[in-house]
Amino acid sequence: MEDLAYMDRQMSTEQDIKISAKNVQVYYADNHAIKDVNVDIADKTVTAFIGPSGCGKSTFLRCINRMNDTIDVCRVEGAIKIDGEDIYDKRVDPVQLRAKVGMVFQKPNPFPKSIYDNVAYGPRIHGLAKNRAELDDIVEKALRRGAIWDEVKDRLDAPGTGLSGGQQQRLCIARAVATEPQVLLMDEPCSALDPIATAQVEELIDELRQNYSVVIVTHSMQQAARVSQKTAFFHLGNLVEYDDTDKIFTNPEDERTESYISGRIG
Amino acid sequence: MPNTILILIVLALGVIGFVLGRQRAMASAGGNSRNLHSLPSYYGYNVACATTLPAMGLLILWLLVQPLIINSSVSGLVSDQASEEGASLDLIMSDVRRVADGLDTAVETGVLTEEEVEALDAEQDDIRDLLAGVGFALGSDVTPSTLEAAKSYRAMNEVGDTWKSVFVIATALTGLLVSWRMTNKDFRARNVVEQGVLAILIFAASIAILTTLGIVLSLIFNTMEFFRLYPASEFFFGLSWNPSFSGRGGGSELGILPLLWGTLYISLIALIVAVPIGLFAAIYLSEYASKPVRSVAKPLLEVLAGIPTIVYGLFALLTVGPLLVEVFGQKGFLGVDWMSGGTAVMTAGLVMGIMLIPFVSSLSDDIINAVPQSMRDGSLGLGATHSETVRQVILPAALPGIVGAILLAASRAIGETMIVVLGAGAAARLSMNPFEAMTTVTAKIVSQLTGDSDFSSPEALVAFALGITLFVITLGLNIFALYIVRKYREQYE
Ligand SMILES: Nc1ncnc2c1ncn2[C@@H]1O[C@H](COP(=O)(O)OP(=O)(O)OP(=O)(O)O)[C@@H](O)[C@H]1O
Ligand SMILES: [Mg+2]
Repeated sequence: MEDLAYMDRQMSTEQDIKISAKNVQVYYADNHAIKDVNVDIADKTVTAFIGPSGCGKSTFLRCINRMNDTIDVCRVEGAIKIDGEDIYDKRVDPVQLRAKVGMVFQKPNPFPKSIYDNVAYGPRIHGLAKNRAELDDIVEKALRRGAIWDEVKDRLDAPGTGLSGGQQQRLCIARAVATEPQVLLMDEPCSALDPIATAQVEELIDELRQNYSVVIVTHSMQQAARVSQKTAFFHLGNLVEYDDTDKIFTNPEDERTESYISGRIG
Repeated sequence: MPNTILILIVLALGVIGFVLGRQRAMASAGGNSRNLHSLPSYYGYNVACATTLPAMGLLILWLLVQPLIINSSVSGLVSDQASEEGASLDLIMSDVRRVADGLDTAVETGVLTEEEVEALDAEQDDIRDLLAGVGFALGSDVTPSTLEAAKSYRAMNEVGDTWKSVFVIATALTGLLVSWRMTNKDFRARNVVEQGVLAILIFAASIAILTTLGIVLSLIFNTMEFFRLYPASEFFFGLSWNPSFSGRGGGSELGILPLLWGTLYISLIALIVAVPIGLFAAIYLSEYASKPVRSVAKPLLEVLAGIPTIVYGLFALLTVGPLLVEVFGQKGFLGVDWMSGGTAVMTAGLVMGIMLIPFVSSLSDDIINAVPQSMRDGSLGLGATHSETVRQVILPAALPGIVGAILLAASRAIGETMIVVLGAGAAARLSMNPFEAMTTVTAKIVSQLTGDSDFSSPEALVAFALGITLFVITLGLNIFALYIVRKYREQYE
């Protein structure tokens, strides 16, 4: 009986694995930033990456959509598969990959364009809208999901760089969801947001989970506990523990995880 | 006392002031620098500044004012003679100064003593001969009034110089004493030195501004002089440029339009060549090139910027011109008979464009590099390709700087002379044909001022009017560039 249930769970996770990383190593020149990380990220779940500053969360996140390609000194080894396809294979076009795996960066980086053009940027590039009305719809929907529509609906032509830091962060979230990625990587998306906006973004994350898989880096334990189903704890480039969020926060196996969660390392 | 020695004395006093001020401050703090308001050396600097700055200021002022006063009082002495002979006062005054200088040299070399100089008499002694002996050739015999004026010129200068030394040293000593007495442990020397630094900076800035102002004013006055001799309306709206070279004036047609047209036409061609190539080179270098390629290619491009324009001119005359004739000339490659001689707007424009490429590319490259990496990441992270990122994110972000670079290049093109002289010919012409010889404002300024024309004739003075027109155009271009940059900034920052 128990065996059956176990089998069942095993089956379902194996089917639904979206991203699978095997023996991933990342080097910045001589700096070994990610050490032998193995992780399977399930589809239609929210996975949280936690860990002290500088432990490699952003670095690992950037491996998943090959953003590390843009850094000269960065070298990635190992295999990362999305939907069973090795994304570091020569035949994979990183541009296509990034359209599928969207990213919200740690620092808000709106383009020096109007708010509207910022959000419409991805849809325009990928030809998601047939005409202006459709594009308007996409932009409005994305801004609503980014919890910023009410604040900017009267000034869509104003420059995106003129928004406040928190507004810029939500604009970048809206920009990322506008392209309808299958996987959304969010690097500390709420670091500059007030509690209300944070709650709205978390609501968005929950909504996105219905269709996509979301990976979120956060320094807030509460947030990780609130939004994620799975949590990975990184420390000094190692993936120390990866398990169900409940388990990590109530009964972690590794003592480093426990010390971090209870505030002793970090 | 020579000025160098005076300056050295003042500086030496400054050094002494530094030491004394520092000592006094330390003494007042009981030897413990923590009791002081400022660091000990600030007290030293304070005294040193108070000693040197006012004294130097006085010296500069004195050097400016003394010649003015002496000139005006001496010219009173010779004004009668000037009106008698109908010679210009300026000429006589320059004679006076020359005689005075000659007498100075004679005294210095020991040919004459001061008493003998006093006793000189224009009627009896041959002063022209005497001064020729010490190396001062005069154009004519020295008249008695000139000699008298020269004598009093020397006397006044002597008195002035003595008082100058006395006052400057006195000022330095006063500054030293006053600031030394003010020095005690609570004195805010640091703040006072701050103001001293500010004063020096303002002085430097005002020199820069005043020289510019001086140049502009001299342009304006000479232009006004020109417009008195030649109607402004004909200058600005005349369609032909045809100065008479007799030097006697009259019959000259000095319309600026053909020159302006040539300038703008050549600059336009140069920019059409330089902007796309330079910009694309910059994009390649900053966005696509690998580190090794970049480290070789960028310095190479910058070498182009170091080539003197005359070399480009030679290149235009000897290589590009004949090459173009081979292509567009009568028996040319294309079989079209568009070009008869090597010197043409096209030749100069092309070569000038090549000259401007490194200018545009190196400035744009720096600007593109300054666009934050996070902007690129944002675009690439949305699945944009590299060139989409460049076109839609990086170039718009770098646009104000790039526009600035282009307008700077335009200013250079408009002001360029040598390439035009050698590449475009000397014929002022209003024509649309880029294969014809034309000329520009700068080239004509050169040709109007070289050769022995009279500098008060309209043919020479027109150079100033051309110069100021050019100046206004470049100024307008720069203001326009600033306006664009600012407008764009307001929009996106
Ligand atoms: N572009 C880079 N070039 C060189 N080294 C880098 C670069 N980015 C990150 N690193 C190094 O990689 C290690 C991991 O950095 P990373 O940014 O992944 O940390 P993080 O876990 O995201 O930290 P934080 O929580 O502060 O954002 C650090 O030691 C850092 O110095
Ligand atoms: Mg990070």
